[in-house]
Amino acid sequence: MALVRLSAVSKVFRSLQGRDYVAVRDFDLEIEAGEFFCLLGTSGCGKTTVLNLVAGFERATTGSVEIGGRAIEGPGADRGVVFQGDDSLYSWLTALANVEFGMRMRGIKRGDRQDRARRYLDLVGLAGQDNKHPSELSGGMKQRIQIARVLANEPEILLMDEPFAALDAQTRGVMQQELLKIWRATGKTVLFITHDIDEAIILATRLGVMHAGPASKLKGVIPVELGDHERDRTADRFIGVYRQVHAMIREELAIATRQTA
Amino acid sequence: MTVFGRLGERAKILLGYAIGFASMFVLWHVASVYLVSSVLFPPPTRVFVKGYELARDGVLGQQIAISMQRILIGFVCGSAIGVPVGLAIGSFAAVRRVLEPYTEFFRFIPATAMITVAVIWFGIGEGSKIFLIIYTTVFVVIVNTAAGVGAVAPNKIRAAQSLGANRAQIFLFVALPATVPYILTGMRAAMGNSFITIIAAELIAANAGLGKMIWDARLFMLVDQIFVALVVLGLLGFVTDRLFRWAIYAFAGRFSPIT
Repeated sequence: MALVRLSAVSKVFRSLQGRDYVAVRDFDLEIEAGEFFCLLGTSGCGKTTVLNLVAGFERATTGSVEIGGRAIEGPGADRGVVFQGDDSLYSWLTALANVEFGMRMRGIKRGDRQDRARRYLDLVGLAGQDNKHPSELSGGMKQRIQIARVLANEPEILLMDEPFAALDAQTRGVMQQELLKIWRATGKTVLFITHDIDEAIILATRLGVMHAGPASKLKGVIPVELGDHERDRTADRFIGVYRQVHAMIREELAIATRQTA
Repeated sequence: MTVFGRLGERAKILLGYAIGFASMFVLWHVASVYLVSSVLFPPPTRVFVKGYELARDGVLGQQIAISMQRILIGFVCGSAIGVPVGLAIGSFAAVRRVLEPYTEFFRFIPATAMITVAVIWFGIGEGSKIFLIIYTTVFVVIVNTAAGVGAVAPNKIRAAQSLGANRAQIFLFVALPATVPYILTGMRAAMGNSFITIIAAELIAANAGLGKMIWDARLFMLVDQIFVALVVLGLLGFVTDRLFRWAIYAFAGRFSPIT
């Protein structure tokens, strides 16, 4: 059974002027436990809406959104979210206290939660940065705190909303490799949103391409069966997958460009 | 590389202040001795001597204590009222809709306009002064606190929800600390208002305080004494504001882009 299932989901936003905007319509998606699913789409295609529905930040207008067979009613600790910007970090807390936050809310003893928080800071490569505040850390390090904070809370699935989009290209490359390492080490299920084809292919075990918005849905899903050494932009099989994905997204890109640019 | 380059940050700040203040007194001296040269504009030396005499006799300290005590009591009470009200306005739309008319209405009636009413209601003593300081503090603190609650990044709230925090925890551990810099900024502005208000109130109707000291000095043309009071006001304001700046930095300034 799929861990996350969206079936016939639509989401309509109503503007202040009373106009309706249909973000997604008839959206179906199943994510199996343990997979790394990348949702790829052009800007404005509604991919963040999908993540927000799974996170419980938004309620579906119609259709059902489930995790482990239970309907999602709102945000919950079973679904950890890594945001694009660092404004989700608690700037008044140290890196360690940020990672402890979820455990603290659940009343886990100080000693235990600090031990666990340190383990996860180590895992994301932030050993020894315990007492730094977010403002003292680089963009990449801040995203590492976010990832550690979510992992330390031991959710069933990680929801990542373009977490590396605001980083420079070099840091982004490093973070992608680190995330793969963490994913292999923890075996967590991941739903990862991106508009970057390369990033999706590097990370995903399966990737879904969305139609351009509005009223978007999945255009297709393809498995990315690449070995570790092939998750590299120069590998032949990588380029093969890239062509396949690019062919799918090209028309959508043209539509999106006409709408927004 | 300048001379400043080799000094620490703190030393640089202190040196800057020292130079700034020194130049202020030099300018004052030049202006009073060479440009104006009138008994109505005493040079800094005379003012310092006068200030020393007043301090030695205990008069100055007493007046400062009276004015600062009024400010402190009113300011603490005003903030104690303003912060929770501001938090409530910022957190609940219904509370905001009901209370906004109050803040938006009284914000434009300055405390100085309320002096006469305050004296009629509460007399010439402490009551009217403390009322006026509370009045001048409370709305600034409310408006800033409410704005701070409204400015908490939605992702901070969402992250907390996804980490398993309940509503009370989100308020206590996310919204409140995120609002602290705004609260302190509001209190800092309120402290500035308090200085204006207390002097105005003491000038018009009081039996003691720095404002009263200025007013009395005017009657006897004691210009030196007026200047002592002015310098003391400047210094008191400067020191309290530095304390606030320091508090903002210590609590939140280094984490938050508000100064």
